[in-house]
Amino acid sequence: MSELTITALRFGFLLLLWVLIFSIVSAMRRDLMIGRKAATGAPTARQVRKNPELAEPAPAPAKQHARQLVVTEGPLKGRTVPLAASPILLGRAQEATLVLEDDYASGRHARLFPQGSRWFIEDLGSTNGTYLAEQQLTRALPVDLGVPVRIGKTVIELRP
Amino acid sequence: MSHADTMPKPRRNVELLLLVLALSVSIGANALISIDEQTSLDTDFWFQSSLLAAASLVFHVVLRLRAKYADPVMLPLVVALNGLGLAMIHRLDAPGDDTGNNQLRWTVIAMAVAIAVIWFLKDHRVLRRFTYISLAVSALLLILPLVPGISAGEILGARVWIRLGPMTFQPGEVAKITLAIFFAGYLSSNRDLIMLAGRKIGPMQFPRFKDMGPMITAWLVSIGVLIFQRDLGSSVLFFGLFIVMIYVATSRISWVVIGLTLILGGGFVASKVFSHVALRIDSWLNAFTEEVFGRSPGGSGQIVEGLFGMASGGLVGTGLGQGRPNLVPFANSDMIIASFGEELGLIGLFAIVMMYLLLFTRGFRAALGTRDAFGKLLACGLSFAVALQCFVVIGGVTRLIPLTGLTTPFLAAGGSSLLANWIIVGLLLMISHTARGPVDTSPMQPGRTPEAQKPAPVTAAGSRQDRNTTQTLPDAPTEAVKHL
Repeated sequence: MSELTITALRFGFLLLLWVLIFSIVSAMRRDLMIGRKAATGAPTARQVRKNPELAEPAPAPAKQHARQLVVTEGPLKGRTVPLAASPILLGRAQEATLVLEDDYASGRHARLFPQGSRWFIEDLGSTNGTYLAEQQLTRALPVDLGVPVRIGKTVIELRP
Repeated sequence: MSHADTMPKPRRNVELLLLVLALSVSIGANALISIDEQTSLDTDFWFQSSLLAAASLVFHVVLRLRAKYADPVMLPLVVALNGLGLAMIHRLDAPGDDTGNNQLRWTVIAMAVAIAVIWFLKDHRVLRRFTYISLAVSALLLILPLVPGISAGEILGARVWIRLGPMTFQPGEVAKITLAIFFAGYLSSNRDLIMLAGRKIGPMQFPRFKDMGPMITAWLVSIGVLIFQRDLGSSVLFFGLFIVMIYVATSRISWVVIGLTLILGGGFVASKVFSHVALRIDSWLNAFTEEVFGRSPGGSGQIVEGLFGMASGGLVGTGLGQGRPNLVPFANSDMIIASFGEELGLIGLFAIVMMYLLLFTRGFRAALGTRDAFGKLLACGLSFAVALQCFVVIGGVTRLIPLTGLTTPFLAAGGSSLLANWIIVGLLLMISHTARGPVDTSPMQPGRTPEAQKPAPVTAAGSRQDRNTTQTLPDAPTEAVKHL
């Protein structure tokens, strides 16, 4: 085989390697949803730039941080628990941070944990479920101030 | 939020397309070598190419059947890397050597095992039940090479091999998977405990002394591997894996500080006490002095010859099959990166590094996407193990850090490494399948107890057929049941 063909093949192979890499990156590009509608259905930054009306209203400034957890309904009504930087376990079990005296609560019912500046609630596979604003939890969700979280007959809320 | 936007796509066709491209890279590399060696495209070439292609396509079909939401770019990346490795090992075989065919055999075995992992392990969360069993298995695997009778003795200064009939096997390679499973299981259950307590010193919160137990244990194990098996690379790998997983679990930088202090302290003492560590460091720092170059054992000849090989490759390389990478000792295993640097040049070597980088990011993407803590930690740990291994090897070959005896994932000749890395890919694909698959946000059906929703064990194969229709359940049930 001639020298020229071999040189062409040599460079062709390097080109092929990078063609593979660029195809993979472009396949990933779609996965990352750059320049497309994001997976959440929210408009992308580019779409907002082009159509200013799509922009969501700016979030309320100077958000207050939750400082305490208040039981608003149920046997423990009126009880408050101060919120530090550590997660809180809710349930009937003795090791729970807030021990619920509630027949409809499981031993380890739910977990309230801080992430960034927000608190999240996560159901720990309870029998009767945890409801955040009347919606049953299927995954960890952020809890905003004043939104009721129902566990059995107990309803708790975060307060500043 | 409309339903149509959030509906995940399996994207298996994209995978098939990329897989064809990856196979053309692998087979192209093999073809170029055959042309250069004037052997034309003989039956060997056709046999190897078709075997690799068939195995990859079977893998692809299994993904279609069993894990259709799995990441579409992982398999093509791994097939391309493995194919390049096969071609290079085949090219470096002296007449009469059988390393290339042996590697091909192991590739097929490894892919078959990865397929079995995907086929039988329908949910990675099942592995969480084997947390402490994996710890025991890891300990066993690490001790095996030291047991007389099974041990293959000291090969090239390290005692990491065992003898299995006619073959040798490195159990430490599999131990990194079982250790990752243990760390993930242990940390996902205990991270609150480790995170909560601690004293604040300066900007960092340090853990309580009694929570340091696992860290000290991991450190002792790594030191044990270094002393008894004389394997610097695995020692760094195990400890690095632990530091990263505990950091990911707790997001406390203090663990990284403590870990690095321990490893630097241990490394410093080891370099004073053990001659093999001291020699490695000396041949790294003073590689180009004459007495270090020619010293045996522990000289820098291998590193320096590798560097000269890469230098002669230059930017575009000498072309596959046209360089002389076989002048370097262990050109097909430890120094395979130098062989690629010589024959594909900087451009080709960067393509390989890029492939590793993409593989690593896909592993982390799976970790980000999956919804259970165990899966997140496992995916992070496994992909980090691959990344750290690449860093240690490529860093060693390019003289950024001392050369240690780790294998280049998927490229280097060696069956145990290939097997372990393919299992890792199988697990990452399973995790990415749950990460990218549809999530059910509708309320749980009434009357179903958590027990009924628990992921079924591996043996109850049929009952989980409805996974994609009843949807992924939160992992919490297993956790709660465990604690009740």
